[in-house]
Amino acid sequence: MWDYSEKVKEHFFDPKNAGAVSDANAVGDVGSLSCGDALRLTLKVEDKTDIILNAGFQTFGCGSAIASSSALTEMVKGLTVDEALEISNQDIADYLDGLPPEKMHCSVMGREALQAAVANYRGEELEDDHEEGALVCKCFAIDEVMVRDTVRANSLSSVEEVTNYTKAGGGCSACHEGIEQILTEEMEARGETFTPAPIAATKKNVVHLKKEDVKKIEPEKPAAAKLTTVQRIKLIEKALDEIRPSLQRDHGDVELVDVDGKNIYVKLIGACVGCQLASATVGGIQQKLMEALGEFVKVTPVSDEQLTNLAGV
Amino acid sequence: MNDIYLDNNATTMVDPAVVDEMLPFFSEQFGNPSSIHSFGNKVGLAIKKARKTIQTLLGAEYDSEIIFTSCGTESDSTAILSALRAQPERKEIITTEVEHPAILTLCENLETQGFVVHYLKVDEKGRLDLNAYQRLLSDKVAIVSVMWANNETGTIFPVEKMAEMAQNAGIMFHTDAVQAVGKLPVNLKDSCIHMLSLSGHKLHAPKGIGVLYLKRGTRFRPLLRGGHQERGRRAGTENAAAIVGLGKAAQLALEHMAFENSHVSALRDKLQEGILKAVPCSFVTGDPDNRLPNTANIAFEYIEGEAILLLMNKFGIAASSGSACTSGSLEPSHVMKAMGIPYTAAHGTVRFSLSRYNTEEEIDKVIEAVPPIVAKLRKLSPYWEGDGPVEEPEKSFAPVYA
Ligand code: FES
Repeated sequence: MWDYSEKVKEHFFDPKNAGAVSDANAVGDVGSLSCGDALRLTLKVEDKTDIILNAGFQTFGCGSAIASSSALTEMVKGLTVDEALEISNQDIADYLDGLPPEKMHCSVMGREALQAAVANYRGEELEDDHEEGALVCKCFAIDEVMVRDTVRANSLSSVEEVTNYTKAGGGCSACHEGIEQILTEEMEARGETFTPAPIAATKKNVVHLKKEDVKKIEPEKPAAAKLTTVQRIKLIEKALDEIRPSLQRDHGDVELVDVDGKNIYVKLIGACVGCQLASATVGGIQQKLMEALGEFVKVTPVSDEQLTNLAGV
Repeated sequence: MNDIYLDNNATTMVDPAVVDEMLPFFSEQFGNPSSIHSFGNKVGLAIKKARKTIQTLLGAEYDSEIIFTSCGTESDSTAILSALRAQPERKEIITTEVEHPAILTLCENLETQGFVVHYLKVDEKGRLDLNAYQRLLSDKVAIVSVMWANNETGTIFPVEKMAEMAQNAGIMFHTDAVQAVGKLPVNLKDSCIHMLSLSGHKLHAPKGIGVLYLKRGTRFRPLLRGGHQERGRRAGTENAAAIVGLGKAAQLALEHMAFENSHVSALRDKLQEGILKAVPCSFVTGDPDNRLPNTANIAFEYIEGEAILLLMNKFGIAASSGSACTSGSLEPSHVMKAMGIPYTAAHGTVRFSLSRYNTEEEIDKVIEAVPPIVAKLRKLSPYWEGDGPVEEPEKSFAPVYA
């Protein structure tokens, strides 16, 4: 249980509202003993106001099932039934400062028990939406039956669609192989063949610009001439501030040293020094500054000793 | 005599701080990280912490992109075989002719199974032709695998650019970065690199631990199936002590990154200049303008590398050579051959690879020791006469019996 938060441990070792509420008028049972997970939620709801006065739980479940149930009962007390239904399994997990990925289904169970209890209180029939199968996606606690049914009902044909419909596969992506397997089988059953999506597009580096990307900027725009030196320096500083975070992510930084007409001297700091991408970085900075100033400038990185020369010492 | 270790591209000393960090995980912290009880508890937490540090070192977006393996070779095999299994309709691989045997031997074996492997050529400085690469990118290619930096010459390949080109062609990109990680800043979240291999013992962590970086969303088929470890992507009980060690080593590498690129590279430059100045007919191989900060590969013409190493060893200097004799084959290093270095020089290449533990004093000693060694061996060489090579050395001595 090394991955449990302090909050989870607290609710597990010392659960709140354990046991059934004696005069309950709403009962929700979910899970099954065969899966090793079952939860009964009992609520006392005030008839006139729909406010939940008391809540209790009984569970046959693991540590996080106990903690999730305990958290849920604390959360719903004092809410109206409608407000309580707004609680998502993620809210339960957040209340506990997070649950490990493979334990997220415990919070799902809590949320389902709540729905069942409310249906019971209102005298509605809750359609039992799924039997549980083997977990496919641990990040979102989605089981095989759920994925299969959704794929079938909506004629899904890609992992991305499955993620959009069920959330499965939207986390670490370790379960994509399993989802592809289900897609392959289900699509075969409806006479299609599964074709995996092409390589997903990835983000590009913001600062390390390619030469081809550098926009041509007309040199000597008349507007540029109107800027005073102070204005230009301010604009340059502002542009550098915008670039800074992405350099700092690479453990580097940049400092403005001097502005001499079109020549802007900067000092690269930290990991930027000697980085094989230093020249690309300078190119990126130059591009940003040209955009900011609307004129052609040349950015030159200077080392410490050049600095001394520049200062005329 | 104090030994001078200049063979850090082969393997590195485990940093004492890494050892300290690891020791408890052999004795009191022996639990299985998967266990519920508190024996496993602490181990699980320690692994989590190590994963985070390595995420930072690689600039990865998520810590779940870090998969622990047993070594760089396993990471390489996992990456390539996964790409082939996930895309059975694609039967081609692009790599380079100067890769590490972990890639080349696997590729050769795959060729016998009907896969087509394209080996990118390098020029005399070990550089790739990106136009030739571009022409090979097609939807028949399952994966491109290109090393970040060459182990023998230290030459750096433009993998970020190449990954982007692969990405634009819809092809997975893997890089064997065992020489680069820890020496060069790496920022994977902003790159198009899908997979990356690293090896612990190249960055002052112990042997027997490696990492495969797997970008989230990359289609993957595990090499080892079994347990749920590493989210089912690499089964087998975690090598907890080594993982903790690698985490510490990653932290140290981050802290020393600037040092490596200033101090260590300055020592390397001093060594290289000192030797080149004192030894005639010697030159640097690879691309000195695009090179790991710690590596200098110097060819001493007309003599043989193993002999140089043996004599250097007498002075307590450890380095390695691209000579045939040191590799147990008759051919000189495939990297030297690929660059078209003549045999008379290729057999006499010596790789000096430094680390943050080397001192200026050591470098001075090496600069002093190497020239007489070379001179001594040249006296014995049939290609050498007096102060210089014989005229047309290749012709003057062309033995018929191999
Ligand atoms: S298991 Fe992580 S996304 Fe499904």
